[in-house]
Amino acid sequence: MATETHAAAGTAADAAHGAASAPGMPQLDFSTWGNQIFWLSITLVVIYFVLSRIALPRIGAVLSERQGTIMKDIAAAEDLKAKAIEAEKAYDKALADARAEANRIAGEARAAIQADLDVAIAKADTEIAAKTAEGEKAIAAIRASAVESVAAVANDTAEAIVASMGGKADAKAIAAAVTARMKG
Amino acid sequence: MATEAQGGEGGGLVFHPMDQFKIKPLFGGDTIEWYTVTNATLWMALAVLAIIGLMVLGTSRRATIPSRIQSIAELAYGFVYKMVEDVAGKDGVKFFPYVMTLFMFIVFANFLGLLPMSFTTTSHFAVTVVLALLVFLTVTIYGVAKHGTHFLGLFWVASAPLALRPILAIIELISYFVRPVSHSIRLAGNVMAGHAVIKVFAGFAAIATISPVSVVAITAMYGLEVLVAFIQAYVFTILTCVYLKDALHPGH
Repeated sequence: MATETHAAAGTAADAAHGAASAPGMPQLDFSTWGNQIFWLSITLVVIYFVLSRIALPRIGAVLSERQGTIMKDIAAAEDLKAKAIEAEKAYDKALADARAEANRIAGEARAAIQADLDVAIAKADTEIAAKTAEGEKAIAAIRASAVESVAAVANDTAEAIVASMGGKADAKAIAAAVTARMKG
Repeated sequence: MATEAQGGEGGGLVFHPMDQFKIKPLFGGDTIEWYTVTNATLWMALAVLAIIGLMVLGTSRRATIPSRIQSIAELAYGFVYKMVEDVAGKDGVKFFPYVMTLFMFIVFANFLGLLPMSFTTTSHFAVTVVLALLVFLTVTIYGVAKHGTHFLGLFWVASAPLALRPILAIIELISYFVRPVSHSIRLAGNVMAGHAVIKVFAGFAAIATISPVSVVAITAMYGLEVLVAFIQAYVFTILTCVYLKDALHPGH
């Protein structure tokens, strides 16, 4: 019963309302179109001006500024990297230079020592040679005097032997005999 | 008794799924003149305020390291900008504020319409037809002004065999003029259908035995509607870019 009256009321309302609109579709109620189009136009114009005058340029500026900052930072980083590489190169070069210098100094020192050594060795060699020659001379002298002494001793001994045996020693004959023996 | 009556006969059920789309004067009165402030006006104004809140107030600090709201604004900017640049080409960028206006309005109208008890302005053909006609007129006027008769190359498929070209030209011509229709009905239809279906399920919730199913169905539909709200805004915007590309570079 209640439903019926409700339905009836609904139909009545629909009928009253439905003069201009299709039943159930407020979208097709063309009497409201003018109103909607009017307010929509205002809405769109406002949004368009807010966006194109304020929001979009601002966001665009922020984005490009951020891009710029990032680019700048990257450039700075690359700069620093290049500097670091340069510093490393300089360090390597200094190291290599120092090494070469050290080698050179060591070589020089070695050469100087070698030269000193050579001089000293040469001097020592000559001294040794001189000493050797002297020694040899002395030895030769000693040998010569020894041979003379042996001859004299032999002469004396031979004279003494000959005398003790009762003979008359002939000095010349003894000397000749000793010399002949000593040639051996 | 009431429940029984509702469950018993379809005609007597208290669902009026289309009632949510009714345009009502906000401050009393029955007649709707062109200047009357209605619920449509209110929700359009709220969309404007939301857009200002996001795009203007949200970016007011111009931070190089953005806040959350500023990130969203920048995301929206980049999203639409890239779309315009990719689809319409580099010289389409001059239409960017216009395309951005359409996108922001549709996306905010759709999402505000998902609030309970709200009114969805984009569910009305009056609104979407205006949006679609704006695009259509922009494309046509700009195309003719920039390319003159060369703009008609859009309908003359030079790569097709000569015998086929007149037929193709007719098809192209028809499809060109159908564009604003499909463009507007797609948006309003999707939004309206989703909201109406939710309302129908809500009507069934009055019946105790069906109500759990109904609640689950409403939840599922709502999730779908969230998706639809964004996708339809995206589709509308990208189609706008495609049409603008025709105006900028007619011919295939």
